Amino acid sequence: MILAATVNGQAVRLDVEPQELLLDVLRERLGLTGAKRSCDVQVCGTCTVLADGQPISSCCTLAVDADGRELTTIEGFASQPEFAAIEEAFTRQVASQCGFCTPGMVLTVGSLLGQGRIEPGEEGARRAVEGNICRCTGYRAILDAVRELAER
Amino acid sequence: MTGATATRTGAVGRSVTRVDSAVKLRGEARYVGDMSVPGMLHGRVLRSDRPSARIVDIDASAAKSMGGVVCVLTGDDLADIDPYYGHAIRDRPIIALDRVRFAGEPVAAVAARTAADADAALLAIRVRYDDRPAATTLEAALAPGATLVHEGAVRGGSFHGLGDLPESEGNVCYTYGFATGDIEAVFAAADVVVEGEYRFPSAYQYSMETHAVIASVDGEGITMWANCQHPFLVRAEMAAVFGEPVSRVRIIVPFLGGGFGSKSYTRMEPLTIALARKAGRPVRIVNSVAESMLTSRQHAMTARMRTAASLDGRLLAREVTCSFDTGAYADNGPRVVATAGDSAPGPYRWEATSVRADCVYTHTSPAGSYRSFGAVHLQWVGELQVDEIARRCGLDPLRVRTGNLLRPGEEVRPGGKPLDADLVGDVERVAEAIGWNGPREPWVGRGVTVGVLAAGARPVSLASARMESDGSVVVLVGTTEVGQGARTVFAQIAAEVLGMDPSDVRVRQTDTAYTPYDRSTGASRSTTVAGLAVMRAAEDLLARLADISGGPPEPGEYGELIRRHFGFDGGELVGHGEVHPEGSGSYAEGPVFWEICVGAAEIEVDPETGVVVVRSTATCADVGRAMNPLFIERQDEGATLQGIGTAVFEELRYPDGLLANDTLLDYRVPTVRDVPARMSCLIVENEDGPGPFGAKGMGEGGLAASSSSIVTALADAGVPVNELPLTPERVWRRIQALRRQSQEETP
Ligand code: FES
Ligand code: FES
Repeated sequence: MILAATVNGQAVRLDVEPQELLLDVLRERLGLTGAKRSCDVQVCGTCTVLADGQPISSCCTLAVDADGRELTTIEGFASQPEFAAIEEAFTRQVASQCGFCTPGMVLTVGSLLGQGRIEPGEEGARRAVEGNICRCTGYRAILDAVRELAER
Repeated sequence: MTGATATRTGAVGRSVTRVDSAVKLRGEARYVGDMSVPGMLHGRVLRSDRPSARIVDIDASAAKSMGGVVCVLTGDDLADIDPYYGHAIRDRPIIALDRVRFAGEPVAAVAARTAADADAALLAIRVRYDDRPAATTLEAALAPGATLVHEGAVRGGSFHGLGDLPESEGNVCYTYGFATGDIEAVFAAADVVVEGEYRFPSAYQYSMETHAVIASVDGEGITMWANCQHPFLVRAEMAAVFGEPVSRVRIIVPFLGGGFGSKSYTRMEPLTIALARKAGRPVRIVNSVAESMLTSRQHAMTARMRTAASLDGRLLAREVTCSFDTGAYADNGPRVVATAGDSAPGPYRWEATSVRADCVYTHTSPAGSYRSFGAVHLQWVGELQVDEIARRCGLDPLRVRTGNLLRPGEEVRPGGKPLDADLVGDVERVAEAIGWNGPREPWVGRGVTVGVLAAGARPVSLASARMESDGSVVVLVGTTEVGQGARTVFAQIAAEVLGMDPSDVRVRQTDTAYTPYDRSTGASRSTTVAGLAVMRAAEDLLARLADISGGPPEPGEYGELIRRHFGFDGGELVGHGEVHPEGSGSYAEGPVFWEICVGAAEIEVDPETGVVVVRSTATCADVGRAMNPLFIERQDEGATLQGIGTAVFEELRYPDGLLANDTLLDYRVPTVRDVPARMSCLIVENEDGPGPFGAKGMGEGGLAASSSSIVTALADAGVPVNELPLTPERVWRRIQALRRQSQEETP
């Protein structure tokens, strides 16, 4: 089946199997390894990419379902202007340790921030990243960074 | 080593940002699963679906002829080597030979062009089994006449470090213990005796990155890209198993997506090598989460403990017997059991102690290391008993602790390093941080707990510091960057010695072909032991700079000095640093230092639902000297959330020996919703550590401390529970039982 989509601003046309997952296509065929695989069951969020600006779990999305959509992975998002503030806040708060959850966190936060959908305060920050697991940081650093970003 | 010093820059002690922050935030950091090498195949593993059986026959003929399949590996392919490994006990075949000992044991492996081709081939392999009796729980394995998981003599592995391994008895593969004083006499004369039986479940470390290896076997020898915490130990073990000199085994370790002990020692490396060897091409194996759960887990434990005290709150004696479920292969069990034994009495001034800890084979997946092992198993047990003693004596539990805690210089266990931390000061601090003396509401409890953990492993680490002709520095050191921030801290240490800015120092990933030897990344040893090697390497480099300049060199002129020395625009100076068990007595015997596990928690329990909410926690990082204070706080926060998971909900369940909850849907780890409203991570700096600038390690103790404090806080709220995790159902049932009991008592 043909997948025709925009990936990080570039038109992509691929012949994919009907059962192929978007995460595998991004990682194995397009070499975009920023999206990670962990749980495989849409719990951890480390495979998050943006489809038309919204975070989705690419481990549970068929590649063909991304047909016609505009996909952004961390590789693309990192060169967009909104990334700089997130990078600065996450770095200063040490919100990344091993870094495995980080691309998914950054994309989730970036998308919601861009849409003005993170309420200021602790609860808003928690709601923003409740679909992403991080086993290293205990979340406090991530919450501190997200609060700062939302309250700017 | 010389006395050469440069101007100190204050690089150490400052919360500089992570050197790897940008690559991680931008998705540029590469992990093994992100990598491929030319000609690489994809490996998949067929695992046993039953806990104990003889293999009658494996028919892989159909699988071999499927599209994309290059080869199928089974036990028959290993006839030319001694195919057993195991750093403590050499008891584990690379792949099942004639029998399986746990559900999940590799039985066959496929190398194919794509992962999908390999998956399809697995389905076509037929295995005929002859089921055997299985002992899948501690109780079954320890019962008289229990079926044996292993028969025959115990063969020591290369790194057991446990002295002479005793004869194994039944399913017990290792026993650790010691005794001091006249235990029976002290118990007989004591005013108060508290005793009980306790159960601790097995948890999954869940580093978000699963185990992954790329292996290649060719004229260069064995080359691997592997996410291992201890590449130098794995290298030696693989050299021994595959009959290569150590120099022909090379392991490259990129970033790790967490470890927490799950990637310590040898994991998927031997199987990947064996498959690559047969395929004649490089092979990559990347585990699923379910497979990684079967590759390493935490030890479940049962314990019986009793503690004697006097009415005025003096702790007198403690007796502990405990059994650890190490699964079908010993793995790191013997070390876990020995560390647990050392932690078992708790750091109090006892008149008598008696400790016996058994490492027990069962027909379940092997258990290895998980952050703060040993302490996390027994600290909550001992501290529940201290609290019970305080209650019976009508004393403040905090005062009972401060009155009995060991002081610096006192013996922790017979032999070895005496206590090197101010526990009394530490426990006072955490208690204050959660408002210990504040008013108490119903169904709210506070706990404060203390423990110690033998840390540092064997102090063998080397490092080199290489200065390029432009004055920039590359540090080579074998610590694995698992997320703890080692590369940043090493840059700080070298920069401090050399009078430079940390950003001018590059710390590279480990490649055993070039990186100097380092024993391991674990036991909170990296800053202390590897960091000391880095410091010495930088000092050695500085001495060389002083030699060629003929006086104390200025940081601004380093590059010029080197260029002048070589009379050329290139060249380099290399400094070497080495740490080994040095001095005599306690340091040589270990531990390198005692990591403290001091914490406090306030919890709230809903008596109608049994739900426990952790409101406030405090941990204490008694680090001697903080290299990077913010990293310490952030690491302790991570340990605290893992402690909440351990205490409240994490548990691998094995009905009939089959792992039932092998996905993140039914194995729940803490989410952002579990973050306590208040988390305090206190840093204590008494410059009393053996590491660089008086530092000593941290990062593990917070897990044992927070989990134990949650359990004792629940007891303080009126609900003592002797079995973890504190699931709503267990807590609710306990509350019902206590209510019934009090109704019966007051008719
Ligand atoms: S891997 Fe997709 S949500 Fe976990
Ligand atoms: S930083 Fe390691 S999982 Fe989040």
